[in-house]
Amino acid sequence: MSVIADHLNYIYSAGTAYEHKALDDVSFKIEDGEYVALLGQTGSGKSTLAQHLNGLLKPSSGTVYVDGEDIFEKGYDLKALRGKIGLVFQYPEYQLFEEDVFTDVCFGPKNLGLERSEVELRAYEALKLVGLKDEAFFQSPFDLSGGEKRRVALAGVLAMKPEVLILDEPTAGLDPGGREWIFELIDRLRAEQGITVILISHSMDDVAEHADRLLVMNGGSLVMDGRPREVFSYYKELMQMGLDIPQVSRVMYLLRENGVNVSMDAITVKEALGEILRLF
Amino acid sequence: MIRDITLGQYYQTESVLHGLDPRLKIIGTFLYIISLFLVRDIFGYAVAGIFLAVLIVLSHVPFKFMVRGLKGILVLLIFTGVVNVFLTPGEVLVSVWKFNITREGLKVGSRMVIRLVFLVIGSSLMTLTTTPNRLTDGLERVLKPLKRLKLPVHEMAMIMSIALGFIPILIEELDKIMKAQSARGADFESKKLSARIKSMVPILVPLFVSAFRRAGDLATAMEARCYHGGEGRTKLKPLRYRRADYIAYLVLILYFILIIAEGIIF
Repeated sequence: MSVIADHLNYIYSAGTAYEHKALDDVSFKIEDGEYVALLGQTGSGKSTLAQHLNGLLKPSSGTVYVDGEDIFEKGYDLKALRGKIGLVFQYPEYQLFEEDVFTDVCFGPKNLGLERSEVELRAYEALKLVGLKDEAFFQSPFDLSGGEKRRVALAGVLAMKPEVLILDEPTAGLDPGGREWIFELIDRLRAEQGITVILISHSMDDVAEHADRLLVMNGGSLVMDGRPREVFSYYKELMQMGLDIPQVSRVMYLLRENGVNVSMDAITVKEALGEILRLF
Repeated sequence: MIRDITLGQYYQTESVLHGLDPRLKIIGTFLYIISLFLVRDIFGYAVAGIFLAVLIVLSHVPFKFMVRGLKGILVLLIFTGVVNVFLTPGEVLVSVWKFNITREGLKVGSRMVIRLVFLVIGSSLMTLTTTPNRLTDGLERVLKPLKRLKLPVHEMAMIMSIALGFIPILIEELDKIMKAQSARGADFESKKLSARIKSMVPILVPLFVSAFRRAGDLATAMEARCYHGGEGRTKLKPLRYRRADYIAYLVLILYFILIIAEGIIF
């Protein structure tokens, strides 16, 4: 499933004193099966952009094409689209509302108009996929721990079997173990279901290791689009935008600054180790 | 989705009105409302209207913001106008079926509508030019004498300022929850009433949960900073009248005298 953003512009509170251009002529194409990370500082327009891709926000101008179809065209089935493009918001555990976990996870597939048996099967599969323990299936979601709630909320979106999964800061507020688990889940989804993933983050370390392609937003514009290595070679520009570069890149950068001739290509610990050992 | 609520909303800009003391603005709004009920004829309304128009210009707030506040009472306005026009006895001008439009009716109806419009614009002018915090500060001071009657004025003001402070937060939260549920295929635009009521559950439950969570957090944070009510509590920014405020009081008194004088003379 390909997603194309075509010259997207979005203006918040148009015509008032609070008018603010959140997206400024953003265009890109995401191919089937890609693992893309969307980066940028708080307020750079990442979340706003994500909400355009499944039609939650309507652009002031420009449009989005999914599989070649204009999703803002009159008569386009946005509800079906939201089943195909799953969006997991930041802190998704705050949307849980049902009396028990299982019913809550059923909410998404039920809204797609599926049959009851199919709905329950999907809910079961999704809960298994996120690794929630069986005893918790029929507990109140409000009795679970923070990490478990996050799993349930994720299952709520996964149960719709999206072909594209957009995750907005999925690791926010989780401990290192929880973060590791999220990335493992994404890898599994990609391997087993060939899902396309768009990951919104501001942690460079996370995306350097996992994503195939980085989109960098700054002040509502898309300023960089490329493979992690290419993007991180613009470390000076990234730092000017207030973005971090991966720790490894920073070490290499500092080494270079101090006259040690290492390559800035190394973005993982292993590569950096090889690069440094090469000098001896 | 739901950001068009003006009543009780502050409009950030620089103006003479924004700089005035909130106590003055509260007393002024109060007096203005009283004055609207004192005027009897067209001249009185003209004076009140011109006074309001000058204030609007001074406030630097776009006029459409005030008109937006009127939308909320549109039904009330139409109802008031229609009832008065048709049901006031007097000299008949036009007859429609069983109803008569009378000269007196037109007079009373238009006055009532103008009065309501002035009243709403006048009071939204106060909230548009005063931050909720300053407004409650002012209210606390204005109502201070009631403390003698054992009324918990400080606590009421605190409750009000917290409630006002939470409105934008909860609106934002509501917006987020609605979007999140839409992303899970929820439908809020269904025509059937039962379906629409049912579709509120996935929004209201998380909203309530989050409101309680926030309230709990706030209470803890206040206790952690040793909040113990109004006794002996001082202000970070105490309210002090400045020259502009005294001048404004003078203008206000002059306006009020003018309205009363106009009522006696004509």
